[in-house]
Amino acid sequence: MSMAKAITLSDTTIGKKVVMAVTGLVLYGFVVAHMLGNLQVFMGPEQLNGYAKKLHDLGPVLYAARAVVLVSLVLHVVMVVQLLSRTAAARPIGYRLKKNQTTTYAALTMKFGGLALMLFIVYHLAHFTFPGVSMAAGYKHSATDVYANVVSGFKVPWVTAIYVVAQLFLGMHLYHGAFSLFQTLGLSHPRYVEKARFVAQTLGIAVAAANIAMPVAVVAGIVK
Amino acid sequence: MSKTMNLTLHVWRQKGGTDIGGFETYKAPEISEHMSFLEMLDVVNERLLADGKEPIAFDSDCREGICGMCGLVINGVPHGPNAATTTCQLHMRHFNDGDEITIEPWRAAAFPVLRDLVVDRGAFDRIIQAGGYVSVNAGSAPEANGLPVAKPDADRAMDAAACIGCGACVAACPNASAMLFVAAKAAHLGLLPQGQPERYERVKKMVAQMDAEGFGHCSNHYECMAACPKEISVDFIARLNRDLMRATVVERDHEEKSGGAG
Repeated sequence: MSMAKAITLSDTTIGKKVVMAVTGLVLYGFVVAHMLGNLQVFMGPEQLNGYAKKLHDLGPVLYAARAVVLVSLVLHVVMVVQLLSRTAAARPIGYRLKKNQTTTYAALTMKFGGLALMLFIVYHLAHFTFPGVSMAAGYKHSATDVYANVVSGFKVPWVTAIYVVAQLFLGMHLYHGAFSLFQTLGLSHPRYVEKARFVAQTLGIAVAAANIAMPVAVVAGIVK
Repeated sequence: MSKTMNLTLHVWRQKGGTDIGGFETYKAPEISEHMSFLEMLDVVNERLLADGKEPIAFDSDCREGICGMCGLVINGVPHGPNAATTTCQLHMRHFNDGDEITIEPWRAAAFPVLRDLVVDRGAFDRIIQAGGYVSVNAGSAPEANGLPVAKPDADRAMDAAACIGCGACVAACPNASAMLFVAAKAAHLGLLPQGQPERYERVKKMVAQMDAEGFGHCSNHYECMAACPKEISVDFIARLNRDLMRATVVERDHEEKSGGAG
């Protein structure tokens, strides 16, 4: 038998998943920081706009952080495309009848949910970050008055609906992603695996709920 | 008094690897509750033969749940509805009169169908081969207490070694991944002192072969563990991931020399 060339981690399906776990952790950190920043909308215009200004004043530090997030996102997507293109061929003929016994809805919707989140990120950036490409009627973009952007952006119910649906996918993605991360990085242990599942579920629900609260608060007239 | 039942079977029939194949429906009347699932199929086959028809091909060997040869997807679950049970140990008392039972082969590109319900699991053998040798002294048996093994390690190594290589993990996995099998095989040697010299090289080679065979990746559905007749834990998958990371990031490559002694 001829000797196979020495393999590197990223050649293997496991290694690609390790990259997904690490980049997923970075993206999870971004999602939490983004949420904490945005939640200041409940503390009034001065607080939110002041926070936005402070963030922008960071200058190069902000752009470095954005670069890390962007690179993580690109790697996360490249890895999943590589994995899925292999695995799509792993079962060419499916079952007529297949019963899943333990998997979760969150696990089964990772692929579709991930694609939905990708589309949502594009929409979200078009909505708030790049002025002039807003899809919400009556939306006026201001570079300094973030609070006003939030209020006018979420006044349109279908825009809010898109955000709410996206956050449901995000919550499930965070749950299965965070839970899987321990397993993929080899950190899973029977002693705390069920606790890790509980924490992953709770955090996923908490992030989704907090993110949903903001657009819903605008529609409900609580934030105006 | 023993119960009998009348069943309707929907069975995957396929003449060979190149045949498209399809489902055929068979009546299975007067099946005793004491029969195993394979004995039920034996009876169906006897009747098919008597009618001059081709019997249904399926794998079996020991029929006592330890060889790993049998394996059918029964009503959507590898090895059928009972937990920790191989197909040969599944008894018909778990079914009811009038039941319709769908019987399919393991479905994976790496397990091509040879005929009807028989698949080629040579991919598993090649993964084991890729793992290579273990450095142990052959010859007379060593002194029993010469090499201490911690009891928890011995127990866990035995848990991993319980894998019979039936392939139910692959059949159950939504991605047709072989991670549970590879994890069990890597762990049962990797947990013992005798398996240490080649531990990290073995993991690298087995994972590379697993990928080369065309199995899918793991996405932590844990369907494998639910289907496993030997209840192998996904905990071993975490260990495999850990070992592979160490093998590729920390450990040095073992220089392979051709024509060495031994």
